[in-house]
Amino acid sequence: MWTYLIRRLLYAIPILIGVNVITFALFFFVNSPDDIANIHLGGKYVTEEAKKDWKMAHGYHAPLFFNATASGVNTLTDTIFFQKSVKLFMFDFGVSDSGRDIIQAISERYLPSLLIAIPTLLLGLLVDITVAGLLAFFLGTYLDTLGIFLCVVLISISALFYIIVGQYLFAKILLWFPISGYVGGFDAIKFLILPIIIGVVAGIGSGARWYRTLFIEELHKDYVRTAEAKGLSRLQVMFKHILRNALIPILTGVVAILPLLFMGSLLMESFFGIPGLGSYTIDAIREQDFAIVRVMVFIGTALYILGLILTDISYVMVDPRVRLT
Amino acid sequence: MNRIVQVVYVFLILIGLGLLTGCNDDIPWNDPYPYENPKANTLYSAFNEQPKHLDPARSYSSAEWPIIGQIYEPPLQYHYLKRPYELEPLTATQLPVVKYFDKQDHEVSEDAALESIAYSVYEIQIKPGIYYEPHPAFVNKYLNLTPEEARKYRKLSDFKETATRELIGEDYIYQIKRLAEPTLSSPIYGVMSRYIEGLKELRETLVASGIERVEKDLRNFSLTGVEEVDRYTYRIRIKGKYPEFRYWLAMPFFSPVPWEVARFYAEPNLNTHNITLDWYPVGTGPYKLTENNPERRMVLVKNPQFRGETYPTVGAQGDKELGLLEDAGKPIPMLDKQIYTLEREDIPYWNKFLQGYYDVSGIQSDNFGSSIQFNPQGGILLTEKLNEKGIRLQTSIAPIVYYWGFNMLDDVVGGNTESARKLRQAIAMAFDVEEFITIFLNGRGQVANGPIPTDVFGFEMQPALKQKNGEVAKELIKEAGYPNGLTLYFDAITSGNPDEIAIDAWLRKQFAKIGVQMIARNTDYNRFQEKIKNGSAQVFFWGWNADYPDPENFLSLFYGPNGSVKFSGENTANYSNAEYDSLFEKMRVLKDGPERLTIIQKMVEILDKDAPWVWGFYPKTFTLYHQWTHITKPNGVANNTLKYVRLDPNLRAEKRELWNKIIVWPIVLMMIILLLLILPAIYRYWRREHKGIGGI
Repeated sequence: MWTYLIRRLLYAIPILIGVNVITFALFFFVNSPDDIANIHLGGKYVTEEAKKDWKMAHGYHAPLFFNATASGVNTLTDTIFFQKSVKLFMFDFGVSDSGRDIIQAISERYLPSLLIAIPTLLLGLLVDITVAGLLAFFLGTYLDTLGIFLCVVLISISALFYIIVGQYLFAKILLWFPISGYVGGFDAIKFLILPIIIGVVAGIGSGARWYRTLFIEELHKDYVRTAEAKGLSRLQVMFKHILRNALIPILTGVVAILPLLFMGSLLMESFFGIPGLGSYTIDAIREQDFAIVRVMVFIGTALYILGLILTDISYVMVDPRVRLT
Repeated sequence: MNRIVQVVYVFLILIGLGLLTGCNDDIPWNDPYPYENPKANTLYSAFNEQPKHLDPARSYSSAEWPIIGQIYEPPLQYHYLKRPYELEPLTATQLPVVKYFDKQDHEVSEDAALESIAYSVYEIQIKPGIYYEPHPAFVNKYLNLTPEEARKYRKLSDFKETATRELIGEDYIYQIKRLAEPTLSSPIYGVMSRYIEGLKELRETLVASGIERVEKDLRNFSLTGVEEVDRYTYRIRIKGKYPEFRYWLAMPFFSPVPWEVARFYAEPNLNTHNITLDWYPVGTGPYKLTENNPERRMVLVKNPQFRGETYPTVGAQGDKELGLLEDAGKPIPMLDKQIYTLEREDIPYWNKFLQGYYDVSGIQSDNFGSSIQFNPQGGILLTEKLNEKGIRLQTSIAPIVYYWGFNMLDDVVGGNTESARKLRQAIAMAFDVEEFITIFLNGRGQVANGPIPTDVFGFEMQPALKQKNGEVAKELIKEAGYPNGLTLYFDAITSGNPDEIAIDAWLRKQFAKIGVQMIARNTDYNRFQEKIKNGSAQVFFWGWNADYPDPENFLSLFYGPNGSVKFSGENTANYSNAEYDSLFEKMRVLKDGPERLTIIQKMVEILDKDAPWVWGFYPKTFTLYHQWTHITKPNGVANNTLKYVRLDPNLRAEKRELWNKIIVWPIVLMMIILLLLILPAIYRYWRREHKGIGGI
């Protein structure tokens, strides 16, 4: 397995380089270093000299990919791409284009993101599995048909709608929660409940439908019939046998997304004023802060690769028949 | 699986506890400020754009100045109440004494011929006894930290000792030198280097010195254009005559920065933890920044070292009747604290205002219909819902002008030929700006009759609004040589505004009135700016936000040597007219008075005839105040008006409690619904289990 892991980690390097090149090219395809300087200098009374100084101070003065004025290997190394990328791969994230330390920002913002993402995931799993289990339990009855219909309805509704209706109903009409905001410490809970509830409800449709399929697949297997023949009640069969086997694909699916929870939720954080990494990325894109965009894409890619590796490992752990070679 | 269940169980218990902590009789469940005393003398407001720079040499944004305006004190400020806007001393003892000199250093009179004035000297004397907010930069031992020592400090509050010192003239000089510091990239260096003697040379010296900022002490670098006369007096030498310089002295760029502060923040190991002047400002103003968390909130607290000021005793006509002079002569600032919270989305912002959690609010387009109604006479009224809450409305015209500009370098719409002029006049005559304001701004704007907005000197000299007349417009376009119409390209910034398509349709309709086919080429801000800079736009939409309330700031937008394409200036229309330029040069240096007004009138007449812009509109700001916020006067140019705000926190706490009583019965209803959903399932299961094999 170790050989496999090392090989996968080595594969990650060209993927990270590739993503970095694409991010870089896409960003500079629409924004020149002059544009970035313009935005950061405020747009008014911006002279060529001011732009030049800003670019020099922020490392945007060199050519993008190829420095024709340099010689030898410097034609490639004296470029914005090389200078910025080398630091990235050394995990030196530096400062944002507005001059603020990126690592510090990430260290301050990851917790609010996780405080929404982890409970949403866990509660969502619990609710989705319960609903899916019930639907499978009542398979073929009007309860199942009604449940499937409701799931399809829930899937069809946009996430934004859940947020707006949730805020309207629970924060504006019923006044149970603050409509938006965040504070540190224990009081954070009252700001997190509503986004978590909305996150869970928004995911029920797709989650329950998917897990129901897994349960039904197990329902028709031989061991279920054997268990029933043994005289076990349907509930016992469901929870002792079917659930355990259906959990394998569920858990491996969850493991894949675990690392990405760190990146936060773009929409939820923005609407609820949660200062997490999702809103950090959105703001960076809106303000065309390439330094932050590059770092967040890099971290996102690395976490995605990590998620895939963890999925492979989790397969081995939950299913002894699987071997990584 | 059991572990997961346990974790979920613990989480549910935490939620329960969290809700119980919210069940305090005095504090509503939905209170978004759990750590704040609801009866504290604090103003709550919101911001939607994160401030990026708080360093007074770098900051030049409407998202930043409302914050640093309360902290930094330049020598001058705008009178809070008087209109047209008027400068008055802030830390200065009086308005600057300006002297003019010829090339031989002989003093000449203010009215001397412009060519004979080689330079002007602004002498500014500041009041003694003004002190900085307590700050570690004034503690000697923190000024020479080793890199290892500096690394230990992760935030400013980690420095346990603070001190203060008196404001002196040298601090203002230090900041002027900072404008030339290349690593700071001050946005006004370009403009100021044209006027302040020696600023350009200082920049070159600093660049050539090649020393990193950490080692630079700008006291060791001379700037010929500034001079320390004594402890409280300094002089600034300006090339030629530039009367508008006095307005710059009311902007944060000319605030004091003590050398100790610059030295303190220059340590790179502090900078890695964002301990910089850009993050933690240090000033003498009525407030100090105690929390800088731009992704969540910014908190200003009363500066214990503030010298004290009093509320103005005189105002503009009608201010007394409005109650704006009720606090005349009283000590300011009146608030102890202000909390600005980041609100990116309109819906939460508006609802929190209605719940009493923000004291003031603007009105977003989505909420306009539910907030404002018009009476049959066209008067603006609040809706019943807002009236019931005792909310008040104040409107004001901002010193901003929006316009549809013609690129005067364009082969079709530009140039000084009679044909091009008539084409522009025809378009100007066809555009129904009032309709635009009604449809797209909900009436929140005033139709412009020239480039100078209301409350700015010279506004009254602009010609009266012209009655739009389609027939005249058609006649003009025929005279222009386009009896069968023509095609024009229109450029604007893609804003993501849902009205954008409708605006383009409206524009097409306006052009179509005179047989012009319009093709929209909306692009992002960068591309749009590029088109303006290289002159490839034909007709475009843009605006100008005043730097200072002087007609020069608006009329300079038509000054030939300020052309965008040839001189990288702010004359986006690239308009050039020798007569206008000559009048501008005269007007620029005149004092406000009848002579200046006469020249402004002539200039606007020239513009009206040449029509380089279709006059657009001056936006009207609508601000809503809760009943506990005492009346304030909107000020479009001053940024330090927080000190004049007063409110009644007890009334606010009372109303918040009244307006935010939770509704509990839906919880019972939801439980019943849940039970009703579960019961058939239980019944079904029971039946199945008692049926035996055979199943469901």
